[in-house]
Amino acid sequence: MNLLGKLSWSAIPLDQPIIMGATAFMVLAVVLVVGWILLKGYLPYLWNEWITSVDHKRIGVMYCVLALVMMLRGFSDAIMMRAQQAVAAGGAEGYLPPEHFDQIFSAHGTIMIFFMAMPFVVGVMNFAVPLQLGVRDVAFPTLNSVSFWLTAAGALLINVSLAVGEFAKTGWVAYPPLSELQYSPGVGVDYYLWSLQISGIGTLLAGVNFVTTILKLRAPGMSYMRMPVFCWTALATNLLIVAAFPVLTATLAMLLLDRYLDFHFFTAAAQGNQMMYVNLFWVWGHPEVYILVLPAFGIFSEVVATFSGKPLFGYRSMVAATMAICVLSFLVWLHHFFTMGASANVNGFFGVMTMIIAVPTGVKVFNWLFTMYGGRVRFEVPVLWAVGFMITFVIGGMTGVLMAVPPADFQLHNSVFLIAHFHNTIIGGVVFGLMAGYNYWFPKAFGFTLDERWGRRSFWCWLVGFYLAFMPLYMLGLMGMTRRLQHYDNPSWQPWLIVAAIGAVVILGGIVCQVVQLVVSIRDREKLRDLTGDPWNGRTLEWATPSPPPAWNFALLPHIGGTDAFWNMKKSIASKQDQPAPARKYESIEMPKNSPTGFVIAFFAVVVGFALIWHIWWMAAIGLFGAFVTILVLAFRQHEEFEVPAEQILAFDRAHPTEITP
Amino acid sequence: MNVAVSVYDTHSQALAPASLAGPAPKRIVVGFGFWIFLLSDIVMFSALFAAYAVLVNGTAGGPGGARLFNQGTVAVETVCLLVSSYTCGLMSLAIYSHRRLGTYVGALVTFALGAAFLALELREFADMIARGATPQSSAFLSAFFTLVGCHGLHVTIGLVWLAAMMAQVAIMGFRPAVERRLLCFSLYWHALDIIWVGLFTVVYLMGVAA
Amino acid sequence: MTDTRYDRAPGDSPSRRAIEESPGSEPLVYTIGLVLALVLTATSFWVANTAVLWPPGVALGLVVLAIAQMGVHLVFFLHITSGPDNTNNVLALAFGVLIVALVIGGSLVIMADMNANMMPMDGTMNMQLQR
Repeated sequence: MNLLGKLSWSAIPLDQPIIMGATAFMVLAVVLVVGWILLKGYLPYLWNEWITSVDHKRIGVMYCVLALVMMLRGFSDAIMMRAQQAVAAGGAEGYLPPEHFDQIFSAHGTIMIFFMAMPFVVGVMNFAVPLQLGVRDVAFPTLNSVSFWLTAAGALLINVSLAVGEFAKTGWVAYPPLSELQYSPGVGVDYYLWSLQISGIGTLLAGVNFVTTILKLRAPGMSYMRMPVFCWTALATNLLIVAAFPVLTATLAMLLLDRYLDFHFFTAAAQGNQMMYVNLFWVWGHPEVYILVLPAFGIFSEVVATFSGKPLFGYRSMVAATMAICVLSFLVWLHHFFTMGASANVNGFFGVMTMIIAVPTGVKVFNWLFTMYGGRVRFEVPVLWAVGFMITFVIGGMTGVLMAVPPADFQLHNSVFLIAHFHNTIIGGVVFGLMAGYNYWFPKAFGFTLDERWGRRSFWCWLVGFYLAFMPLYMLGLMGMTRRLQHYDNPSWQPWLIVAAIGAVVILGGIVCQVVQLVVSIRDREKLRDLTGDPWNGRTLEWATPSPPPAWNFALLPHIGGTDAFWNMKKSIASKQDQPAPARKYESIEMPKNSPTGFVIAFFAVVVGFALIWHIWWMAAIGLFGAFVTILVLAFRQHEEFEVPAEQILAFDRAHPTEITP
Repeated sequence: MNVAVSVYDTHSQALAPASLAGPAPKRIVVGFGFWIFLLSDIVMFSALFAAYAVLVNGTAGGPGGARLFNQGTVAVETVCLLVSSYTCGLMSLAIYSHRRLGTYVGALVTFALGAAFLALELREFADMIARGATPQSSAFLSAFFTLVGCHGLHVTIGLVWLAAMMAQVAIMGFRPAVERRLLCFSLYWHALDIIWVGLFTVVYLMGVAA
Repeated sequence: MTDTRYDRAPGDSPSRRAIEESPGSEPLVYTIGLVLALVLTATSFWVANTAVLWPPGVALGLVVLAIAQMGVHLVFFLHITSGPDNTNNVLALAFGVLIVALVIGGSLVIMADMNANMMPMDGTMNMQLQR
């Protein structure tokens, strides 16, 4: 029995220069960052304040950092694909052989959805939701840390696949029979499966955490209809996570059983049924896209209301639309496989349901427009992203409704029209929303705003680049080009693909502008300092805290009387200028203790995942045992909390006055 | 986690609706959170149920449920798990009134019945495999072993958890954190029995009646 | 804890404070639940094995008995009630039941439909559903 399973030195793809170049770059980046941390002596600070932190604000920031780093990796896949397709026309082969190209498009989708969009969305919810609810932290802070580190563990495994072994060549959905052992005998699909199972556990636990937080932990007086709309969208998102991710876990587990133990769920032999994988995968897959976009809708609700200086138009209809989308998202999943052979009645039902789900989204768009109408709109960077979103996402939504018609979908399924549609909605909706949220909440997290000039430049590059990169794909889809082509023989497609490649370069410019924006903002942070805690004249409770907020968020939990709680507080303070403020009675606060549990469990998860991928059974057993012991250690710890004395809270409040104290 | 309440005192008012009364007490938060987690687990089982239902006739020329399942064994397993749910409930009562002996006895009987369930199930699996009805032989058997095996895995995890909880009671006593975890355990154990009701009905009884 | 708000943890008995003071009457609830569940289980086994019932009714009967027994567990062992202190718990349960119904029901309908549209193949590749 080989001690190292399938692992050997030949797992490192020394014969593939592009992969080795990328690996070298990745290793160099890691070495430089870790080296800098160690040389400057930041490790104890990082360990105590960030890695073992159970503070939702810190965890939220770490999720966003993970997402932004993985965006670079996913985007480099994208630009490689655009370059390949721009040149590989007629008889030209391009520079990426098919085996490599297939891994690139699979990695691109997997990374962008699971390790860029999901962490970004969860990170923003982590940061903002407890602050908006007026409470000190989420329901289960240590579990929150575990969730983050498990997501990071999954991301690590995918990055390791670049250097050691290979990635899946099946596309990010990994349909059998191609993903079965017979047709994918290498470790690529196993990397995909284990990294998603590990990060999937993290995401599911985060879903449980946030549903509980929103339903059971709100400031006194904050009834459901007084919550900010972002919290409503966060609730819908996390309900969807709790409902959908278990289906993905079960489906990937069945594929794992097929691959590892020769089961027959999805094999052609012994009466397995491959169509069932597709069915169950999309039972998860459709709610997933709403998991991604609903928080973006929530961010836009906050941004549009704040920068219009008006309450959000139609609060009740927004809430109703959000919950309607939450339920409807579970009734449309077959539109991802109209062409798999269901009968007309079944296809028709799901086609109609897909069109219906566009209605609550339309309600939201009108509400945002009516919020801006009659308001004094300040075109700060977050609002630019919001306006860009409204135009772009509506176009993407319309092409979705077009494809919801089954006969049309029979022409367009798996063409690049589909690619254009979902990038239209994901980039125009999710990414633009996250960029707006990033610019909007950055001052709250770090105490200084982002540079505005570079923010505008990055927006325009992203907007123009997006249209250049994806509008040609709509045309190409109608002209018959299918997706995932490593080369093609129709020369009339090439000009469009060259334009698309130029668009990708413009988006790259946008990303560069964002990096510059961050560097410049850090350099100029004293000039950009947020001294009041409320740089945007905000409406919701997070702006009532200093920037950045203390670990306990609020010295005294605010008592809520209506929606836009902070706005009401500012109004009532203004109208009571001559009266003395009521005396604040400070009490000591119990806060959860930091814990290395999350990091250690994730470490063992990486060990188990890597071991299972390479069939190193003894190492997997050790990893599982290690994770079990870690849980026991956590369970038997004597002290879960520590006390922050009232004097410390009082001193902090004195040192960081905000414009009002709730 | 104690939260410093604002200058407004909620206790002097009439019973406030839960949605207005501020952050819930920790027992409610933990119990509800675990309830949500259990619902997600049940959704996972439903995906496995769906796969089983689709593949139930995929016997690849081999034996189906009617030939393979032994109703007597299933009946004994069902009664074991059901009574263990009952004794788990009695254990919860002992925990409420902080009676250590009642807690240990309830836990011991629950553990024994759960272990008996597992032993019977493992013997059933071993018998089937010895007769050539392995999960590798057909899609139906793959689905059967996965669905029933997943439930058995959950029972196993429950037994390990119960043992750890009794160690916690012995070492740490009935402190609130331990009580909350025991509440979660009882939710888990009852939920497992609810899933078993679905399992024995759909897999065994419908398989035999077909 | 239960007297500052209309709220109760799932699985908690409604009168927890009463139980802490006098642990006498509570086992009755569990015992009734056990007896009911045993009766329903025995009935299920009888329904599955008897020749007396119309065969398509057997499956329906089994489903009804299973749902009834799940209800017995929820009410007698898990103390799920329809009171205002249990609203969150019941709503969460209802949401879960909805999702389960959609996943299982939807999958069965879709897979049956697609299987029915498969090209006819030789016997070893027969993939038709039971119903």
